[in-house]
Amino acid sequence: MPYSADLDVRVTDSSLRDGSHAKQHRFTVADVRSVVGALDAAGVPVIEVSHGDGLGGSSFNYGFSRTPEQELIRAAVETARRARIAFLMLPGLGVLDDIREAAGNGAAICRIATHCTEADIAVQHFGLARDLGLETVGFLMMAHSRPPEVLAAQARIMADAGCQCVYVVDSAGALILEQTGDRVAALVAELGSDAQVGFHGHENLGLGVANSVVAVRAGALQIDGSTRRFGAGAGNTPVEAFAAVAEKLGIRTGIDVPKIIDAAEDVVRPVMDGECLLDRLSLTMGYAGVYSSFLKHADRQAARYGVSGTEILLEAGRRNLVGGQEDQLIEIAVALAEK
Amino acid sequence: MRVSEGEGETVSKATAAIVGSGNIGTDLMYKLLRSASIEPRWMVGIDPASPGLKRAAAEGLDASAEGVERLLARRERPDLVFEATSARVHRENAPRYEALGIRAVDLTPAALGPAVVPAVNLGAHLDAPNVSLITCGGQATIPIVHAVSRVAEVAYAEIVASVASPSAGPGTRANIDEFTIATRRGIERIGGAVRGKAIIILNPAEPPMIMRDTVFCAIPAGADREAITASIKEVAAEVASYVPGYRLRAAPQFDDPAPGSDGPARVAVFLEVEGAGDYLPPYSGNLDIMTAAATRVGEGFARRVLARRATA
Repeated sequence: MPYSADLDVRVTDSSLRDGSHAKQHRFTVADVRSVVGALDAAGVPVIEVSHGDGLGGSSFNYGFSRTPEQELIRAAVETARRARIAFLMLPGLGVLDDIREAAGNGAAICRIATHCTEADIAVQHFGLARDLGLETVGFLMMAHSRPPEVLAAQARIMADAGCQCVYVVDSAGALILEQTGDRVAALVAELGSDAQVGFHGHENLGLGVANSVVAVRAGALQIDGSTRRFGAGAGNTPVEAFAAVAEKLGIRTGIDVPKIIDAAEDVVRPVMDGECLLDRLSLTMGYAGVYSSFLKHADRQAARYGVSGTEILLEAGRRNLVGGQEDQLIEIAVALAEK
Repeated sequence: MRVSEGEGETVSKATAAIVGSGNIGTDLMYKLLRSASIEPRWMVGIDPASPGLKRAAAEGLDASAEGVERLLARRERPDLVFEATSARVHRENAPRYEALGIRAVDLTPAALGPAVVPAVNLGAHLDAPNVSLITCGGQATIPIVHAVSRVAEVAYAEIVASVASPSAGPGTRANIDEFTIATRRGIERIGGAVRGKAIIILNPAEPPMIMRDTVFCAIPAGADREAITASIKEVAAEVASYVPGYRLRAAPQFDDPAPGSDGPARVAVFLEVEGAGDYLPPYSGNLDIMTAAATRVGEGFARRVLARRATA
């Protein structure tokens, strides 16, 4: 069953949210206007905008936003002609009032993320989002760390709370082909017609596009990417490459391939501080199963304390840190420096 | 009040009821049984099969599953009540305790009475009929914010509480905003930060991780860092006097103001809270610090109750 009469899958571009990690949360209104304008013109149906860690993420722990994210959301809503604007929020960090404010600023889709075993902390937030008339998406983060049946049970909690599409989120970029397909298929089997299933990939093992195709074949109806890979770790599934591959496979995304290729090169790349690379640290994250957003933080603490970033990430993996525990990277660096 | 014999001299204790026979109430019971000034005499639950009530009966408490009605209808009433139920139940019970002159220590997030962190402001609220213990994250981190703000201006303080998933109960999960908002308010009003922020992370690692808390305080670029460090160490030792598993994992870390997303000059403090393992497992320092703080507050109340009796 396709996503709609016109689309087999719906793509959400996350460059203005996951890319916020790579940009160290320094987006300006002008950045948002130019990226939204180009993606919208290329037919990207959903564009996500917020601090990398979601609403309320501006902090010592995750980095302070240069521009308040609600202003960025407003600018995106004003700029988009066809695309719908989404935002991310993590319960325990953002609060209900943040969702109300984003809805007031015209965002249409509320994406709520929890670690993949903790879906029940989001029940209240899904309820509010639906009451506000927002479309809802749920994120089960670090999905590589749990088997398909555990994820499916957590997806059920989200769907029952009012979530309309549950994503398998490969936050560490650690899932490999069948592992992705099995997880997506388990969610599709569990949710049936109660909610859709999505996949959010990272490039830490170089598998973003391939995993996304496997996810679609397993029944995913929504796929995340970031144009030019603009995201955390080695970056996200490149939207322009996924759109091109999908077209060749006869999967309709509604995205104009030549236009998105140009947008990636001419509009998104100039906004980025640098390319998102599959380098030593980001490959280590995929290899060790570490949350992609830890990259820049590990980099900074390595420089600050004169220790190895790889060692910080490997220790983060050993400690089973989950998304949000960036503070622990500092403590790890201090301990390494004392050794 | 009850008079008992101890080491040849007469020792009096204030009597206490624990309302709520779950994990928190049961852990609290073991701490109160060791108290020199409180005698836990009653435990009240609603489920006759509750393991907490069985343990209470085994320790010689009057354990009942008939709710607070029976407790409050007795001729002999407790001096103190520790509420370990839920915010909703405490909102119903609190006026009844107050009408009967029973002092209440509230371990739920109801936040009816003034908020108390023993290491910071216990003395200010010893005459309040009802005090609130805020949240576990608040009990762990507000003392550090206070330690910094008493020697340097803190325009902003932020805390990150990481707790083991199995130690976060259904109440916390159903209303996690209650945690972030109540903790933020405590950071501002009791910790002394102009603006506060609280973040909570649940980590499902096996074996479960011991509670970790990080406190970031914005400080003036020229603040006296030695004075800040000394103040933090002093307050941490004070908390450790009633929460033995409370410790700094590293020396306070100072950062100069940075352009970009790092923000103003700051001090970062890394804490670990290991529970005493009275009933709850040691990893759940988040629950231990609540029952330990409740015991400390209850002992403050008990001294007042006993002093008043002595002069009456």
